[in-house]
Amino acid sequence: MNPALLEVSSHGTVELKIPGRAEWVAVARLAVAAVASRLRFSVDEIEDIKLAIAEACTNSIQSAGGADSGTIEIVCDALDEELRVTVRDRSAGLHLEWVKPGGLDEGRTEELGVFLIRALMDTVEYTSEPRRGTELVMTKRVSA
Amino acid sequence: MDIKVNVRESEGDAYVVDLTGEIDVYTSPKVKDAITELIDQEHYNLVINLEKVRYIDSTGLGVLIGGLKRVREHGGSVNLVCTNPQIKKIFDITGLVKIFGIFDDEQSAMKALV
Repeated sequence: MNPALLEVSSHGTVELKIPGRAEWVAVARLAVAAVASRLRFSVDEIEDIKLAIAEACTNSIQSAGGADSGTIEIVCDALDEELRVTVRDRSAGLHLEWVKPGGLDEGRTEELGVFLIRALMDTVEYTSEPRRGTELVMTKRVSA
Repeated sequence: MDIKVNVRESEGDAYVVDLTGEIDVYTSPKVKDAITELIDQEHYNLVINLEKVRYIDSTGLGVLIGGLKRVREHGGSVNLVCTNPQIKKIFDITGLVKIFGIFDDEQSAMKALV
């Protein structure tokens, strides 16, 4: 057998579209976890990624005020030592006012999701334009 | 994916809420309903057992925080039983370890209520 055939590349892009409803968020996080498992992430790191992606989807749904937020598009780019996940929706904008690092008090529950995304991922960027929707790009590097 | 919620009376006026499964934006309303019902029935000392919870997100945390706020208004308390390291980590990084009593077993959580 040719040894070269055994070399499996981790590179790749996986795209997923889910309905913007609560019952579909689990599908998104499990799919992204499956992609993350192609890289050398630890179990804990994969759990971090799952939660961050779920929070992004949840934020999208909640920004629609509980109504169907349309379609949420999730793009996973598996790179050498990094997973980049883009979450796009057509909502008026995620509630992404960054909260101060170092903890939350109990009166600020609405910010928990954003806080978690930022705490669990290495980089987080977002753009939001009225009528065009919101795009959130998160990366997680494989730890040494 | 689902969450199973079991409510049982314990020592004194305390109640235990056993949760099994995953708590997210889809399942957290079920947890909220159970906690709200207990509080509406004037039970203000609660132990919420997360030992069999595999996953919790911000909506689940929000439900727990909401319950804690309500019972505190009546001089009550919510203690958690949690042994899952990943879930403990979420409480840690959000700073919620400072507002909840988090215990490794139900007996300790119950004892700390009084």
